[in-house]
Amino acid sequence: MSGANTPKKMTVSDKVMIEMTGVNKWFDDFHVLKDIGLKVNEGERIVIAGPSGSGKSTLIRCINRLEPHDEGRIVIDGIELTEDLKRIDEVRREVGMVFQQFNLFPHMTVLENCTLAPIWVRKMPENEARDLAMNFLERVRIPEQAMKYPGQLSGGQQQRVAIARALCMNPKIMLFDEPTSALDPEMIKEVLDVMVELAQEGMTMLCVTHEMGFAREVANRVVFMDAGEIIEEAPPEEFFNSPKNARTKEFLAQILAH
Amino acid sequence: MAMEDVTGRPRPPMRSRISPVDWARRNLFSSVGNTALTLFCLWLLWLAVPPFLDFTIFSAVWTGATREVCLGPDKGACWPLVWANLGQFIYGRYPEDEIWRVNVVFALGFAAIVPALIPSAPAKRFNLIFLLVIYPLIALVLLAGDRPGLRPVPTSEWGGLLVTLVVALTGIVVSLPLGIVLALGRRSSMPAIRTVCIVFIEFWRGVPLITVLFMASVMLPLFLPEGMSPDNLLRCLVGVALFSSAYMAEVVRGGLQAIPAGQYEAARATGLTYWQAMGLVVLPQALRHVIPGIVNTFIGLFKDTTLVLIVGIFDLLGQVRAQLSDPSWTVPQGALTAYIFAALVYWVFCFGMSQYSNFMERRLNTSRER
Repeated sequence: MSGANTPKKMTVSDKVMIEMTGVNKWFDDFHVLKDIGLKVNEGERIVIAGPSGSGKSTLIRCINRLEPHDEGRIVIDGIELTEDLKRIDEVRREVGMVFQQFNLFPHMTVLENCTLAPIWVRKMPENEARDLAMNFLERVRIPEQAMKYPGQLSGGQQQRVAIARALCMNPKIMLFDEPTSALDPEMIKEVLDVMVELAQEGMTMLCVTHEMGFAREVANRVVFMDAGEIIEEAPPEEFFNSPKNARTKEFLAQILAH
Repeated sequence: MAMEDVTGRPRPPMRSRISPVDWARRNLFSSVGNTALTLFCLWLLWLAVPPFLDFTIFSAVWTGATREVCLGPDKGACWPLVWANLGQFIYGRYPEDEIWRVNVVFALGFAAIVPALIPSAPAKRFNLIFLLVIYPLIALVLLAGDRPGLRPVPTSEWGGLLVTLVVALTGIVVSLPLGIVLALGRRSSMPAIRTVCIVFIEFWRGVPLITVLFMASVMLPLFLPEGMSPDNLLRCLVGVALFSSAYMAEVVRGGLQAIPAGQYEAARATGLTYWQAMGLVVLPQALRHVIPGIVNTFIGLFKDTTLVLIVGIFDLLGQVRAQLSDPSWTVPQGALTAYIFAALVYWVFCFGMSQYSNFMERRLNTSRER
């Protein structure tokens, strides 16, 4: 554990949820992840920042093995990710993911989007799954949209449905891959509000985002990546106020300029 | 609020009410060139339509018991020929005493297909299981009669519309699921499966159906030991089914390619297995995109069944041709009459399929109520 942690009102336990050691990955000749080491404890909220193409998305996509890694070890809640399909499914059941493009299923209603995995993966009875889904749709504040199709909702509403859909599997870890990047500015807040609430409830979160306000408010640690490497890792105050690495400084100068 | 169209489908065009005269002026006579084209087309229609209607309706002979009624100048289509041979056209050389069996199969099939096609009809699951599993078995037993109490009827005595429907429906029922599996296999990340599927698809797409039928009917028995060779019709059924599966696979693959990778990833990320992700998320969307292509393949298959004639199986068209040599109905306009009748039967089936596909497309689109 990187002892610099200063948890805010939210608690962090000693239990290690994600452990990546010496992870390398290539896309053909392109070395996209270089010797990544990252340890995340239960209840920690990590924001991953960095210029585009730095491997942030690839890193979190390795955590539920949407991308297989080529070298190194990734252990999620005690389960090591290997070729073994059973273990991959086990990990995916525990890890929720929210995508930049929402990726809701357009041929299903909002409610069906949320109940699909509980019914088919958790073998939950249909009415139970429906109650569960309505519960989460209320928490993301769109229960009245349950019978609509995703195409009828705004981007912000769709992304909140996507969060509810992931939560319906009762995950131990939530991954966010630039959840607000495809949203119009006026919708960013409604999604971030939901994410802040989730953080306050003690969810272990990894979030790739450019929302530095969100990072300041909820992150225990900010991980800065560039060119496939983790360059710097620090609590938000330290990261924003006294960055050590030159590349971090440059990045912050650009991103905070406007 | 930004209403994003996640599927990228165009919105239906606005409809405005205009009078027929206005419509004609705007669409048919809008320029000198357009006017000339309109007049040219009207002239062509004037050339073709009246003689056709005259032959098939106004000058046609509708009733009569022998060929004599159709003889003489200015006589049009000889419909009594069709009535007299209707039994042959529908059942071929199926023994007359056993024709009730075919009728039971037709009636059962009709009773099972109609509710299956109506989306709001109840008991869909049972209906489909009956149609796809139980009904073919009943039909096989009844038609072939290979059971105690029923007289066996070899497939060489089957014919007419019966054979056309047996070949077409088997092809349709087999090609869709097999085509889906092949399409998924062709996109698989496993090299062995992908290679097998590519070879299969490209092989069947690369040879003409006539070759396939010849191979099945003439060559296959040469390779198999004496007495091992399966029924001629069955061999053709397998050939037609595999042939159309290859085409179906490519249609389905087109639909799969239209679905963004994010759909599959999102499904897998929530813990669904490969087959669940495909069956619940990707395929329902992909197949919706390619309904016109799927029905197109079905229609092509339905008409391709006429090729079984060349391996000695008498489908509807073959039976119609065979009946023309019947001396009791040789009349000059006999061939034309019989072919018009055959064309009409094929048209009714194919047009029915195309209309049903339009209906399903509209229904699936409105159910999404964007």
